[in-house]
Amino acid sequence: MNWDAIADVASAVCLLGGAALAFAAGVGVLRFPDLLSRMHAGTKPQVLGLVLVLVGLSLRLRDGSAVWALVLVALFQMLTAPVAAHLVGRAGYRTGKVRDDLLVVDELTEAQDRAVRAAEEAAVQAETANDGADPKPNTK
Amino acid sequence: MTVVAIITGVLLAAAGAMALIRAEKGPSMLDRTIALDIVVSVLVAAVALYAAVDRRSDVVPILVVLSLVGFIGSVTISRFASVEPEGEGRVRTREEIAAEEAERIKAEEEAESERRARRAKDAEHTAKDTGEGH
Repeated sequence: MNWDAIADVASAVCLLGGAALAFAAGVGVLRFPDLLSRMHAGTKPQVLGLVLVLVGLSLRLRDGSAVWALVLVALFQMLTAPVAAHLVGRAGYRTGKVRDDLLVVDELTEAQDRAVRAAEEAAVQAETANDGADPKPNTK
Repeated sequence: MTVVAIITGVLLAAAGAMALIRAEKGPSMLDRTIALDIVVSVLVAAVALYAAVDRRSDVVPILVVLSLVGFIGSVTISRFASVEPEGEGRVRTREEIAAEEAERIKAEEEAESERRARRAKDAEHTAKDTGEGH
């Protein structure tokens, strides 16, 4: 068994792993109940699956310039996938696509509530301070 | 390699088909966006599989382009996502569209006949007014 055959076998294993992750993403996006869990399933082939497929492809090609281009592919995907996921998650939260009953922790809503309460208290304090000190607050 | 290619191809085809089903079902625009992202990932994997089976390194630029462009659609859609009314995100059947169309035409006809009746009444009034005037 020479090195070429070993590289081919390793490449086949990597390609199979990447395809299995893509299949898992398909099952997950079809069967999961809400937006965030579907995102969770959908990001599997976007990074790990893609890296596995690219490693499989470069083990099979064994060609310097093509392998550098594949490294670029992985780099671009790692730069762009989080941007897309962040924007989709933000839009989903703001348009009410996140189901509260499926969440274990919801730090964003708690932090927002705290911020709203703090802003209200600050407004009340500013009003009382104004009442005491300045009888005509709108003279400027 | 042939067996591996067939198994991988079947897995990728199944993944793409399931993502397309989710893209059809919705229920919201963002779910469709995620499903189409998965379709793009499957496409990248399929092109890579083709390159691996045929040992072709000239399709690698396609992978670079797909990984750069794939996220633009989802970023654009989620930037302009808004609250959708319940049931609006569904693809309607032919019957539903026909029913809605019939309802709309009926409402238009009613409005038209009402307007006609009002105009006739107005004309009657003005005729009476001018008749009394002289």
